[in-house]
Amino acid sequence: MTTVNLTVNGKPVAAKIDPRTLLVQFLRENLRLTGTHVGCDTSQCGACVVHVDGHAIKACTTLAASCDGASVTTIEGLAHNGELHPMQEAFREHHGLQCGFCTPGMIMTAVDLVQRKGNHLEEHTIREELDGNICRCTGYHNIVKAIAAGAEAMAGQVSAQAAE
Amino acid sequence: MHSKIPDRAAAVSAAPMDPRSLRRFEDERFLMGQGRYLDDEAVPEALHATVLRSPHAHATIMSIDAQAARNLPGVKAVYTAADIADLGSLPCSLAVSNQAPLIVPPRPALAEGRVRHVGDLVAFIVAETAELAREACDLIVVDYDILPSVTELATANEPEAPEIWPQAPANLALRYRLGDEAAVAAAIERAAHVVNCRLINNRIVAAALEPRVAIGSFDEAISRYRLLLSGASVHDIRRELATALRVAPERIDVACPDVGGGFGMKNVTYPEYALVLVAAKRLGRPVRWLAERIEDFSSGAHARDNLTKGRLALGAKGRFLALQVETIANLGAYVSSLGPGSATTAPTPAMGGLYDIPAMTMDVRCVFTNTAPIDAYRGAGKPEANYLIERLIDEAAHQLRIDPAVLRKRNFIRKFPYRKPFGAVVDCGSFAANLDRVLVAADRPGFRHRRAQSRQRGLLRGFGIGCFIETARGNPNEDAWLTLRRDGSVDMAIGTQSNGQGHETSFAQVLAVQLGLPVESFRLVQGDTGRVPSGGGHGGARSLHMGGGALVLAARALIEAGRLTAAQLLQATPEAVLFRDGRYEAPGSGEVDLAMVARHHAETTGQPLLSHGSHHNAPITFPNGAQVAEVEVDPETGAVALLRYVAVDDYGTLVNPMLAAGQIHGGLAQGIGQALMEEARYDPDGGQLLSATFMDYAMPRAIDLPDFELSLMELPTKENPLGVKGAGQAGCIGAPQTVVHAILDALRPLGVTHIDMPATPARIWHAIRNARGSSAAGRPR
Repeated sequence: MTTVNLTVNGKPVAAKIDPRTLLVQFLRENLRLTGTHVGCDTSQCGACVVHVDGHAIKACTTLAASCDGASVTTIEGLAHNGELHPMQEAFREHHGLQCGFCTPGMIMTAVDLVQRKGNHLEEHTIREELDGNICRCTGYHNIVKAIAAGAEAMAGQVSAQAAE
Repeated sequence: MHSKIPDRAAAVSAAPMDPRSLRRFEDERFLMGQGRYLDDEAVPEALHATVLRSPHAHATIMSIDAQAARNLPGVKAVYTAADIADLGSLPCSLAVSNQAPLIVPPRPALAEGRVRHVGDLVAFIVAETAELAREACDLIVVDYDILPSVTELATANEPEAPEIWPQAPANLALRYRLGDEAAVAAAIERAAHVVNCRLINNRIVAAALEPRVAIGSFDEAISRYRLLLSGASVHDIRRELATALRVAPERIDVACPDVGGGFGMKNVTYPEYALVLVAAKRLGRPVRWLAERIEDFSSGAHARDNLTKGRLALGAKGRFLALQVETIANLGAYVSSLGPGSATTAPTPAMGGLYDIPAMTMDVRCVFTNTAPIDAYRGAGKPEANYLIERLIDEAAHQLRIDPAVLRKRNFIRKFPYRKPFGAVVDCGSFAANLDRVLVAADRPGFRHRRAQSRQRGLLRGFGIGCFIETARGNPNEDAWLTLRRDGSVDMAIGTQSNGQGHETSFAQVLAVQLGLPVESFRLVQGDTGRVPSGGGHGGARSLHMGGGALVLAARALIEAGRLTAAQLLQATPEAVLFRDGRYEAPGSGEVDLAMVARHHAETTGQPLLSHGSHHNAPITFPNGAQVAEVEVDPETGAVALLRYVAVDDYGTLVNPMLAAGQIHGGLAQGIGQALMEEARYDPDGGQLLSATFMDYAMPRAIDLPDFELSLMELPTKENPLGVKGAGQAGCIGAPQTVVHAILDALRPLGVTHIDMPATPARIWHAIRNARGSSAAGRPR
């Protein structure tokens, strides 16, 4: 067993875990934060994307132990005081989700994309940057619209990174 | 890139701005990470199961040594076929009979003596943790004697093909023949032109993002099983499991929480479902099983996979005289729940597309192969039927030097109702107008200029036209139950199942209009045999057609149920009371709203207001459309860029245009995926599944797809109270032919006349090389 100390959605967490525990297992099974999903076993689908120290990573291929000392934000930590994050709101407004299974990973990837590339995103850029996130329901059309609108809406908002 | 195209703005769907396009009630929980998918469920006392699967396509099981696995501390059970001899065979619910009854071989939950495809179930391991179960799985030693296998359709039906089931010589499970052979032969004889084609409809995988999950339990005290699963048809699955478990269906409850996509493959009753129930009963604890992605690829239902020879006879003026269809269709190694329908009864009403063709025949051979079982996937049979007729028409247009749009317009069904040769009656449609409209929207006149521009950059540009007709309904019966409570809230219990389609919203919209209650009043109850007495589940684009119809009938019944109370409140006779815009009125007595009637009813009787609507024996509906794809092909690499996709589709009346458009987007992506990249491939020699993960099965990514330009026409059908036709499957029925036609249009100047799906860069590159007569390039497989 190994000990990890991290901050998850702003709250300190300490746990003794099997060193082979993946971050996604730790979040889902130990912390019961089940919004982060597992859709494949090869790191392709992106349903498990969370932020570690402000950067998007795939929690299915990250050891929880390697995140010792880090700050982790999951989909459950994105909304503040019951208000949806602008990216979440944009996904609702633009019908960027159907079954909802890929959605948490899509949104976490999208927020990271805005942090890296700014608030004015070309659709082509968004499509290229979604290479690591698979959706089988929407054909991506509305996801792309949602991310473009969410990126614009994030301008002037308290950045998600600062909130982390 | 398209800024010069004047009609684009007009073609872009106005769906999001339409006042009917309510944003979804279900979204908040999904957006916040609060969706409840089954693997999110903590069941602390549950045991964990895993499956040992066959690494071979076809082999005799000589022995299984599971002793070391059973001895591992924490392992509760290791079952092989011998251990579950009391469990019956998994049944087939669609045992099609035609020339002779379908051969349905036994399908035990665990392979008995022989494995028949890579991924076939060999042993079921139950342990305290998932890690332990996997460790135990690795300790099981199976001695296999490998047998010759067949995975390819082209050889499966040959007399010398490896025999998969002794009761099925040459692997033939079913011969399905329809139509007037003499009439077709005579038409071909007198035809001015006959066009032939041989088409592969590629094997694909549904790949819902949430893998299969099941949690089984058994309540000893009441002798009752309970199965929680990520499924899409709880009543059908319960019925099939009851057969396998040899109990009455009422002894099993099946329920689904939020389901992460289905597309048909989650309607299927899988062996693992029976196994978690058997294990739970024997071990006295709940048992959970979660498929890894690779297991969903190797043992979940696959789709399509047929090989068709088509022949279209035309008169001198290009009128269609007859269609002859010969198909070899893959069933996989076993007959799956609804699998035999996909190449037989499912395509039958769609055969011949939206054209007036006086004579048709179908001759389908369903064969066994050493592959994962085939079952219904979005469209199931309708994409294949439409792909065939559309490819034949484009080929005919090319050979006869007729504009493909003109040839289609000469042959569209124009008089309604129209009875197709196999009996389907098309009630309405405006096919020619849709085609005219899509050609304007896609700026066909400007294509010549765009093609020239592409040529200057060394690229080949193609403009493809494809039409489609869907036959929507699925299960022809659906029921809905309404409970209007004293607080004005309404439970709408229904046997359809949303797994992403947004029924919590669209069904509420239907009822809000019928009952005049706020749209926020409604709560959806679905996917639970304990709370919904019967249901036809998901599938066949049926939910608004069948379920919406049942809801309207239930709403009318609810209004009737409240009439007596309303009359008392209004001090009028029940006959004098009218219901309008959410209110009961009686002349001279004023009015009272439905919520108040419910309150009074509850206060006087102690009961909520209840009603039931049955929408039974409904006919099929005919969603349809005309679509255009525009592509650029790089002749040096064979790479295809799909530049534009424009659709003018008719789904009848729309309840929520934004949700309907969302369904089309997703369907188009799946159809484009089939056309360009998706293929479940087996190694023809050893029968290994070569595309078993998302690393090697080509799922469409965002960058592979264009913005979709939709116009949704709303020609209502009279076949249900809402006028809806169903939008769930259509996208993937229209897209394959449209995309392939665009590619062929790009390649024809080089002499390429045929391409099969998926039109990968390698396949296109080879087609170009072969057409140029190069001897350097080998033929693509």
